[in-house]
Amino acid sequence: MRQPSFARTALAPIILGLAVVLLWQGAVTAFAIKPFILPGPFTIGQQFGANIDNVLAGMAVTGRNALIGLVAGALLGILAAAVAALARVIDEAAEPIVAALAVVPIVALAPVLYTMFGAGAETARQIVAGLAVFVPVYVNTLKGLRQVRPIHRELMQAYAATGWQATRTVTFPTALPFVFTGLRIASSLAVISALVAEYFGGPLGGLGRSITSSASSSNYGLAWAYVLGSIVLGLVFYCAALAVEKLVNRRTGG
Amino acid sequence: MSVEPSVDLGAPVDTALAVEVINLSRVFTGRKGATVTALDNVSLTVRPGEFVSLIGPSGCGKSTLLRLIADLDTPTRGTIAVFGTSARQARVNQAYGIAFQQAGLLPWRTVTGNIELPLELHGAGKAARQARAAELLDLVGLTDFAASYPDQLSGGMQQRVAIARALAESPRLLLMDEPFGALDEMTRERMQNELVRICGETGAAVVFVTHSIPEAVFLSDRVVVMSPRPGRIRDVLPVRLGETGKRGENLREEEAFFRAVRQVRELLHGEAPDRLRGVETR
Amino acid sequence: MRARSEPAAALWRRVVVGAMGVVVLALVWELYKLLGPADGVLVGTTTVLPRTTDLAMPHLWVMGGRVLEPVNGASAALPMWLVVLQASLFTLGIAAVGWLVGVAVGLALALVMQRFRAAESAILPWIILSQTVPLIAIAPLVRRWGAQIHLGEFTWENWMSVALIASYLAFFPVSVGALRGLSSPDANHVDLMRCYAAGWWKTLWRLRLPASVGYLLPALGLAAASAVIGTVVAEVSIALRGGIGRLIVEYAGAAGGDPGKPWAPIFGSVLVGLVAAGFVGLIGVVLRRFRRGEVAV
Repeated sequence: MRQPSFARTALAPIILGLAVVLLWQGAVTAFAIKPFILPGPFTIGQQFGANIDNVLAGMAVTGRNALIGLVAGALLGILAAAVAALARVIDEAAEPIVAALAVVPIVALAPVLYTMFGAGAETARQIVAGLAVFVPVYVNTLKGLRQVRPIHRELMQAYAATGWQATRTVTFPTALPFVFTGLRIASSLAVISALVAEYFGGPLGGLGRSITSSASSSNYGLAWAYVLGSIVLGLVFYCAALAVEKLVNRRTGG
Repeated sequence: MSVEPSVDLGAPVDTALAVEVINLSRVFTGRKGATVTALDNVSLTVRPGEFVSLIGPSGCGKSTLLRLIADLDTPTRGTIAVFGTSARQARVNQAYGIAFQQAGLLPWRTVTGNIELPLELHGAGKAARQARAAELLDLVGLTDFAASYPDQLSGGMQQRVAIARALAESPRLLLMDEPFGALDEMTRERMQNELVRICGETGAAVVFVTHSIPEAVFLSDRVVVMSPRPGRIRDVLPVRLGETGKRGENLREEEAFFRAVRQVRELLHGEAPDRLRGVETR
Repeated sequence: MRARSEPAAALWRRVVVGAMGVVVLALVWELYKLLGPADGVLVGTTTVLPRTTDLAMPHLWVMGGRVLEPVNGASAALPMWLVVLQASLFTLGIAAVGWLVGVAVGLALALVMQRFRAAESAILPWIILSQTVPLIAIAPLVRRWGAQIHLGEFTWENWMSVALIASYLAFFPVSVGALRGLSSPDANHVDLMRCYAAGWWKTLWRLRLPASVGYLLPALGLAAASAVIGTVVAEVSIALRGGIGRLIVEYAGAAGGDPGKPWAPIFGSVLVGLVAAGFVGLIGVVLRRFRRGEVAV
């Protein structure tokens, strides 16, 4: 396969992005679209700059929830997958629950979690994020732990390697790329879930709450600035997960 | 047998050669501007009804040559004519049938559905398609498997379906790229017996890529020996061990067969193998 | 497919063990409620394990029983399960519209990207980028569209905003999955179609589309789950009445005096998610012919 040239991989999307932004601004100006329907990108940029402190504060609150949820959900997911890989009965017992979690809107749990953990605390949001993270991490890790090729396992047997040696030299390196794929997917889900949980109630301060409150006070430019803030937050999480994935894959030669 | 007999090819085109390749070169350009000459100044003709094998080590350009004839690739220099037309025109006219090393059957179609595919693509009616598929299934001996799916067949059976598919539109030229390369030796010899029989019945010309010397010798009227880096034709050896379609199992035991095999091997190694044999017998 | 090839005994085992998993989960809930401290477990000032009061963690039979009772004290009140079922159907309908639009857009994008490599280079990074960011955050802002957009007879309604957001979440897995599926045929098969002088459309119909089914089905499932999530969230943030999302927020306020009530719409959302997943499973059964693996010779 021929690798596409740099011009194609980098330039084409940038040109398309610029064209869309310019068209958007052009349309807003030309058709005098009212700001509560859709403000122009330049207006959003201005508002973002003018309210940078508030937006950053919102990003900090939502980002913290997402991060706690990501770490807790990922640890739990990896642990649960390791247990499920060892004992088939656990895997089978968890199967319907995990399958249901994957298709069910987890954020719907937010209101009852607010009652369970206190409506004034951020815990409920972290748990929503954690649950959303758990599913892809668990599923991908388990898949990774199952990927060990029979030939490698037989090789280890032929070397009379102990269980731990085999796990360290064969199972972990095989499973690792899968774990990080799960984490990359989960990183976006953590931010989205933490943010969306705010729509269902709980304390003020996060990005989601700020978007709703500035929208209800007709401050649409500011609301869009918060939206831009959540986009940036999502990108930060995704890029961090991607960077860790690339780093680990390079080290393990994956 | 209702497959078209070879004598009944009355079109004026028939006077043309099946394949005529003149001074053909194909140079691949790598990413950093490095070039690989896959084929260098190759000329070859195949007469109607003739069976020609291309043999040589990996990288000698035999598959490239076949792909160029099939118009799956474009030559850097030189010309190709298939039945007097350009390779592209021949492809559009469906002048040839093709089979690859992988059977390449569509897994979601039955055996019949796979054989009907080219007919369907070129607008043949349902009844005509079914009749033709039944004929071909009979020809390759798979009538009982008409409704099976490819994953229910063995490798050899899949390859027979692929050959039936290649014959679907009664082409007067078959292009085959190591079609038996992935089969075990026993199946392979059986398939070779069937192929000579089918060729005898259809009268099609064949260009057959292989790297098995006995296979080339058993099947061919002429064996084209190629050498790598750059891909060139080293020699063309007429073999034709008996009438096409009348070659049988015992041919593989005959002295003429062994002699031809040795000749091809000597040409392939590019040196007299006597020295080597001398070592063995000493 | 997997279940079909399994012997009946193994299938039974899976069902029984799977049911046991659900039972264990229920037991954990009740055991913790019995043994856990009323104010939950605190680390510093953060509650890490929930409160166990009847208000915070109602007994499972309270949740179950509540579903059978009327919604509220009014004499004409409908039973809870009926109200939740109606809301579930409403949400399912919007999610289905969002899913259909998302699938259509996703397929169209995949076809364009498959056809033109320049389009793939330009669009694909943006598609992937668009899903790594929480663009669902715009849901509250779409609310005002309802009253503002008129095109002749056509009026933009709030439920369309909800469906739009659902379709936005749904299109991504379809476009990525379909693109992968459309590019999945072996070089062998593509060569064969070229030998048959089959054009792009014929190749698409006979080869690329059938070959993409195996990639498309999981993508359709993901899209269905995303459409349901998007619908529920958008119902909440756009404040659309009639669906599960609205009930979840509305009933959350009743938790103080009626702890079983907030759980009823949650069961409804689970139901919607499962029905959506089941529907895609059905599509998979219809298309199972296209999921036969090819055995390499």
